[in-house]
Amino acid sequence: MQNHAEATKYMNPYLAGFLLGLLLLATIFITGRGLGASGAVKSGVIATVNAVTPEHTANATFYKDYLKEHENSPLKNWLVFEVIGVVIGAFLSGLVSNRLNLVLEHGPHIQSKVRIVSALIGGALFGLGAQLGRGCTSGSALSGMAVLSTGGLLTMMAIFGGAYAFAYFFRKMWL
Amino acid sequence: MGPLVPDIISNELNFIVALVIGVAFGIILEQAGFSTSKKLVGLFYGYDFTVLRVFFTAGVTAMFGVIALTHYGFLDIGLVYINPTFLWSALAGGLIMGLGFILGGYCPGTSFCGAAIGKIDAMIFIGGAFIGVFIFAEGYPMFEGLYKAANMGSPQIFETLGMSQGLFAFLLTVMAVGAFWGVSIIERKVNKVDKPDPTPARLFVPLTAVAVVLGIIALFLPERKSTLLADVKDKEYVSEYQFKMMTPDELVFRILDEDKKYVVIDTRDEKSFAAFTLPGAVNITPAQMFEKQSKKQLNIRGKKYVIIADTEQSGKAAAVVAMNLGVDEISVLAGGLDAVKSQILNYQPPTDLSTRQAKDTDLFRKRAQVELAQLIEKNKNKKVVKKEVKRVLGGC
Repeated sequence: MQNHAEATKYMNPYLAGFLLGLLLLATIFITGRGLGASGAVKSGVIATVNAVTPEHTANATFYKDYLKEHENSPLKNWLVFEVIGVVIGAFLSGLVSNRLNLVLEHGPHIQSKVRIVSALIGGALFGLGAQLGRGCTSGSALSGMAVLSTGGLLTMMAIFGGAYAFAYFFRKMWL
Repeated sequence: MGPLVPDIISNELNFIVALVIGVAFGIILEQAGFSTSKKLVGLFYGYDFTVLRVFFTAGVTAMFGVIALTHYGFLDIGLVYINPTFLWSALAGGLIMGLGFILGGYCPGTSFCGAAIGKIDAMIFIGGAFIGVFIFAEGYPMFEGLYKAANMGSPQIFETLGMSQGLFAFLLTVMAVGAFWGVSIIERKVNKVDKPDPTPARLFVPLTAVAVVLGIIALFLPERKSTLLADVKDKEYVSEYQFKMMTPDELVFRILDEDKKYVVIDTRDEKSFAAFTLPGAVNITPAQMFEKQSKKQLNIRGKKYVIIADTEQSGKAAAVVAMNLGVDEISVLAGGLDAVKSQILNYQPPTDLSTRQAKDTDLFRKRAQVELAQLIEKNKNKKVVKKEVKRVLGGC
């Protein structure tokens, strides 16, 4: 973190956390549910598969259950709308803070190829894990903490504990 | 009052709300620096603990908010989505996500932020996430066993640990403050520079003070529901309240007269209610009065409520709970249902009918004995349809 100018451009983490906490509280108060992200990916996958092979989704349990709950369209889901908002919000924020930049970020000692493969595998693992964990860092860990859900807090500890446990083996990718 | 969906905000409008909340979520995440994987994985190599600071502060803030709103009756926690606990699936899923985090450098929410400002690796991560969900969906029969194993329902952590909510909130706050302090030291060591501390003392000290005070308040802020329900068991506590009483004669008269202004609230448990109750009575136990649905039923404008229970004392106790929850226009059935049974349903005419009043009462009770019994019999077959309010389904 030699680049001071960039570091100071970000919001104070405690202020950001406080605002995020208020937003989460407002979300729970208004909608009775927390924030999330991976659920939107799930909707996207189901919508895609349903469009390509409707016969398949009509038979496989996982799709069938989801489609039963979303009779109109698998994309008509709260989290899909929320994530569209996230993309808009982050884009606006990047625009204002001058951070819009098409770039492939990676550690100093690895090639772009390695970063592409690791991002793809990392994403796949996160997507798979979020299904098992019934939510990701937002939906399970953060929102779970707000309502003091045992499952949410367990998942949170497993995510961060797991990442710390594996960090050593992948240090060359980042440091 | 809360959650506002679906009564105050319709399910359709909720999608617009989702979009607005999402925009705010995106702005905060991006402004905090969650749109770059370098900052995110800094947490795991000790050079940047922004994630921990933001995450913990947000969690603790929202937790205090939820506790306070529930305590003051603004939020019905029974209607809020509490992530269910499936022990093994939660742990296995978490570990897999942990590996995904360190490999991919993002989590789903942050990857959308990164992608929005042009991070190609974040876009690839999202593509990966689609593949991951697809693998789960296709392999679901294989994962199903693990996915559904050790279902513990939706407990809250303090219940699981067997401590009070306040104590857990306090401990979590202390842990957060301790972590904030500790990671600042680690961060300075790892970076080997005296870089400006992101938590200068002048900010950190007051923040710590606020957090600790909040934690202590939570510690001594007992859960309102359990306190109140325990208090009303005490006769002396209940006797401090003033009640409007209604005699069995008046109540039965109003029932037979089909007086629509009065709603009879039967506060006994469901079993007793099913076995015997007065015609038209609504079953709401003191514990249920804290639920949003019951609050609505108890606050219909222009209605007066008659609280009934087996004895007068338990009726008064239930009335105290209702009064504390802001229900006006309450009367308590004098003598309780026991009195209705002895004075009317099993009416034995007294030997002395010398006064005018005694004669009138006797006439009324004789008539009521027959008519009330008929009406009860008629109502027994009427199935009382209880409106169930479902919890919101959340999660990912």
